[in-house]
Amino acid sequence: MVTPLKSFSHSYPVLGGAYYLAGRAASDAKRRLGEQQAPAGFARRVAIATYEAEMNICIHAISGEVVIVMEGERVEVVANDRGPGIADIALAMTSGYSTASDKARAMGFGAGLGFANMQRCADRFHIRSRIGAGTNVKMTFLPRPEDEEGGAPCS
Amino acid sequence: MRVSDIAAVLGAEMLAGRSGLIRDVPSAGGCDIISDLLFFGKPGMLLLTGLTQLSVVRTAHLLDLSGIVFVRGKRPDEGAIELAESLGLPLLVSPLSLYDCCGRLYARGLPGVIPGAPHLPAECA
Amino acid sequence: MQLAEIVQTLGLSVRAGEQRLSREVTGGCVSDLLSYAIADARAGNIWITIQVHPNIVGVAGLLDLAAVVIAGGQDPEKATLDKAGEQGVAILTSQESAFTVAGRLYELGVR
Repeated sequence: MVTPLKSFSHSYPVLGGAYYLAGRAASDAKRRLGEQQAPAGFARRVAIATYEAEMNICIHAISGEVVIVMEGERVEVVANDRGPGIADIALAMTSGYSTASDKARAMGFGAGLGFANMQRCADRFHIRSRIGAGTNVKMTFLPRPEDEEGGAPCS
Repeated sequence: MRVSDIAAVLGAEMLAGRSGLIRDVPSAGGCDIISDLLFFGKPGMLLLTGLTQLSVVRTAHLLDLSGIVFVRGKRPDEGAIELAESLGLPLLVSPLSLYDCCGRLYARGLPGVIPGAPHLPAECA
Repeated sequence: MQLAEIVQTLGLSVRAGEQRLSREVTGGCVSDLLSYAIADARAGNIWITIQVHPNIVGVAGLLDLAAVVIAGGQDPEKATLDKAGEQGVAILTSQESAFTVAGRLYELGVR
């Protein structure tokens, strides 16, 4: 990061089922990082992972929030929800596994690839969940050399 | 190829983002799965899809795509069109199938996107 | 055009349904949503998708498709290949994107 990020923190509410609203946290994060000339690849990773986290709340939970914190060279994204929780986290993390509704699938969601995208884009990823209560995902984003090339796939 | 050229090739009608008509398009991709689009969508890519809801527009904007072509005459809803207009993202509708759209554009030299690694997650904390 | 010729020209990998390669191909369909494929694909078509789960075999059988090509370097699930073997459905894979596979197929005159 050429210029350290200005301190910023904001909580974005996400409503379950409100597909037309979901994605605002990701859009805002991308815009702010762009305004501060963060490397394109870095902004892209934050945007993709945040979007996936927001959509998970929208698709599966009753409500939740995505908290974004930016400072110095790092961005932290915490997605917290009140919802059914995840019974088997290891299974949920398997590529292709999804419990999304038919409605969600008809919109192109529920392919079971969200966690894979998040883990690939984030530099640290932590998830915990409680049945009947909800799920909490925490991601940390740190600079990577390939971010400077802008838009390289997260692999 | 420009968005305007692509509109002509695909017999497409423009619904939003006319300001982006002169935009140059380096590649194209056909996809109906949001997470997959998030994985392989590259900046500047033109998306060909049958998905019509607002989240596709938002995703396309997040990935800095050059525009979206909705295939088989599928029209996006009003919310999607409004969002695209506010973001300056070109939206087109073509009567052709996704297969024919890919075929015609590829025949004119528009390349696809080279896929990255298969969906393998990184380590998690 | 026969499926075998397409497999060879496009460099596709045959993962199931080897016995189906003499099938005449009638056209192509690209879609990742099963409902779209069911609505659009015709008998004898090649269906190009990035979906890897067993449902694609069901759809291919239902519509009497010539083959399913899983694009983008994606790997079909074992359950998918098992089901394809049982039902005699051709499952092919390509490292190239769905757009490129479709483009090359179209170029061969499959329309």
